[in-house]
Amino acid sequence: MNQIKIQNLSKDYFDVKALKKININITEGSLFGILGPNGAGKTTLLRTLATLISPDEGTIKINNIDVIKEPRKIRELIGYVAQEIALDKILTGRELLDFQADLYHIDQSNKLERIELLINQLDMQNWIDRKCGTYSGGMKRRIDLAAGLLHLPKVLILDEPTVGLDIESRNIIWGLLNDLKKDGMTIILSSHYLDEIDKLADTVVIINDGKIIDQGNPTQLKNKFGGDRIILKVREFSDSLESEKVKKILEKIDGISQIVINASQGYSLNFIADRDKDLITKLKVELAFSKFKIFSLSQSQPSLDDVYLQATGKTLQDAELYMTGKRDLKKESKQSMR
Amino acid sequence: MEIQQYNFIFLYQETAALTKRLFIQLKRRPSTFFAGILQPIIWLFLFGALFANAPKDFLPGVDSYGNFLGAGLIVFTAFSGALNSGLPLMFDREFGFLNRLLVAPLASRLSIVLSSFFYITILSFVQSLAIMFISFLLGYGFPNIYGLGVVFATLILLVLFVTSISLCLAFVLPGHIELIALIFVVNLPLLFASTALAPISFMPSWLGWLASFNPLTFAIEPIRIAYSSNFNLDLIALNAPYGDLTCRNCISLLFLLTILSLVIIRPLLNKKLT
Ligand SMILES: Nc1ncnc2c1ncn2[C@@H]1O[C@H](COP(=O)(O)OP(=O)(O)O)[C@@H](O)[C@H]1O
Ligand SMILES: [Mg+2]
Repeated sequence: MNQIKIQNLSKDYFDVKALKKININITEGSLFGILGPNGAGKTTLLRTLATLISPDEGTIKINNIDVIKEPRKIRELIGYVAQEIALDKILTGRELLDFQADLYHIDQSNKLERIELLINQLDMQNWIDRKCGTYSGGMKRRIDLAAGLLHLPKVLILDEPTVGLDIESRNIIWGLLNDLKKDGMTIILSSHYLDEIDKLADTVVIINDGKIIDQGNPTQLKNKFGGDRIILKVREFSDSLESEKVKKILEKIDGISQIVINASQGYSLNFIADRDKDLITKLKVELAFSKFKIFSLSQSQPSLDDVYLQATGKTLQDAELYMTGKRDLKKESKQSMR
Repeated sequence: MEIQQYNFIFLYQETAALTKRLFIQLKRRPSTFFAGILQPIIWLFLFGALFANAPKDFLPGVDSYGNFLGAGLIVFTAFSGALNSGLPLMFDREFGFLNRLLVAPLASRLSIVLSSFFYITILSFVQSLAIMFISFLLGYGFPNIYGLGVVFATLILLVLFVTSISLCLAFVLPGHIELIALIFVVNLPLLFASTALAPISFMPSWLGWLASFNPLTFAIEPIRIAYSSNFNLDLIALNAPYGDLTCRNCISLLFLLTILSLVIIRPLLNKKLT
C-alpha cells in the first residue's frame, strides 16, 4: 500500500529550481532510496517531507494526512535525521536523548527503557555519558539516529546518514536499518553512494537537478540494460572529435547500445553490450579496420551509476566532484535558517 | 502559536525539558551568571566610593549614594539578563538545533518562549537576591516583605517585556553578531538614560524627559521605594516632567508595556514558529 504520496512537488530558492514537479509513491514498510549527486535536491525533498519547508507547489500525504495542512500530526509520525547534525555540545548523549524524549512526550516509564534499548542497539554504552562536543562524526550520527528513533516513528527519514563515516559506525547503522525494516518501519534514505542504495533499498529514485531520472527496484533498473557495461578508450586522453568517430563505428555494430561519451574521463566511450562472446571480437575487428587501437577496455555488470550516466552523460562521482566547492553552503544555511 | 488540542501535560513536559536544558548549560558554563552578579557589585562598590563624600542630603530620601544605586543595579542586572535571552535561541537557529524543536510534535511552540522566560526570571531573581544581600552587608538596608513582593513583581514584568523583545530579535536578525552588536548598543545608553544612576532632578530637561519614558525607570523607582521603611504603593516614586507618578503608576505602566510588547511580537513569533 502506498503510505506516502508525493505529487507535483516543486520548490524554488530564488532563481534555483531545487525540485521540479516531483512525483513519488512510497510503499509502507519499504526502504526507499533517493540517489543523486550533491545539489540534486535530496535535502530539499526530505526537509519538505519533514515539515521544515513548505513547497511552492504540489502535495505530500503520509497515511493520508496532508503534510502542509496538518504538520503537527505528521511530526508525530515521522523521525527525521538531518544531513547536518546539530547536537548540543554541552549536553551528554544521554541528556540529549532524554531531552528529545520529552519533546516527543514519551512518558517517564517508557523513556528510560527506550533510551537503554537504543544505546544497546547502536552500541553507544562506552560514550553515551560523555558530552556531545567530544563525539566523532560516527558517534554524532549514531546519537542523532537514536534521537530520531526514540518515539518509534512510522516513517524514518534519513538524509545521507553514512557520508564520511567510519566503517564501524556505518555497519552498525546499516544493521539497525535492516532490523527496523523487518519490524515494518518505512525508511526513506538519501545518498550519493551507489552501494548503500544498492544494498539497502527496495525501491530507488534517481534524481538529478530537481528531476526524477528513473525509479524502480534497483535490480530491475540495472537489468533494463540487458547487457554488460563496457568502458572503452582508444587513447589515454582522447578528444571529442575522435570519440565521435569511434561512436559512429560502434553504432553500426549489432548488440551495442546506449553509447555515451564521458568527457570528464578522457572522452571514454561507455556503452552496453549484449552478453555475446563474439561481440568483443567483432568490435576489435571493426576498430582495427578504421585504424583505431584499443588503449583500454573494461567490462562490468551494469550498476545504478549507469542509469545515471545514461541520463546525464556523467557518472555520479563526476557530478559529485563537479559540485564540490560550487555551493556556498554557508549562504544556503543562512537562507534556510528558521 | 497554533492553539490546537492543547494538552497541558505535554506542554508542561516539553517546557520543562527546554528549561532544564538551559539550566544544564548554565551549570556547565556558569561564568556569565557570576559575571552578572559581580559586575553590579563592583559598580556598587566603585560608584558608592566615588560619591562617598558628596553633601549629606544631595539625594532626596536616601542617606547615601550606594543606597540610591542599589535599585538601579538590580534592574540593570535583570535587564541585561533578559536582553541576552535571545542569544541561546539565535545560536540554536544558527547551528540548526532549532530544527530539532521544529520537527518535534510540540503541543505548542509557545513552550520555546516560555522556557526562556522561566529561565531568565529565575536567573534574575537569584542574581538580584545576591546583589540585595551583598548591598545589605554593605549597610544599604533590605526591603520588608511587601517591598520584596514589589521587587519581584516588578522584575517579572521587566523580564517578560525585555525577554519577548530579545527573542523576537533573535528571530529577525540575521545572526548572533548582529544580535550582540544591538545588545551592546542598547544596554548602557538605556541605563544612563534612566534614573538608575541619578534622579531626574539632576538631569537636563531633555534627558529628564527621556528618562521618564524609559521602561527601566518604571522598574527602578518602585524598587527604590520598596527599600523605604514606610513603603506603600501610593508613595510618589517619580517626579517626571509630565507629572508625579506613584509606585502603582510605574508598575501599571510597566504592565501595559509588557502586554503591548507581547501583542506586537505575537504575530511575528507565529510566523517564525509554524
Ligand atoms: N537555502 C538555500 N538557498 C539557496 N539555494 C539553495 C538552498 N538550499 C539548497 N539550495 C540549492 O538547491 C539545490 C538543491 O539542494 P539540496 O536539496 O541541498 O540538494 P542535495 O541535498 O541533493 O545536495 C542546489 O542547487 C542548492 O544549491
Ligand atoms: Mg543534501
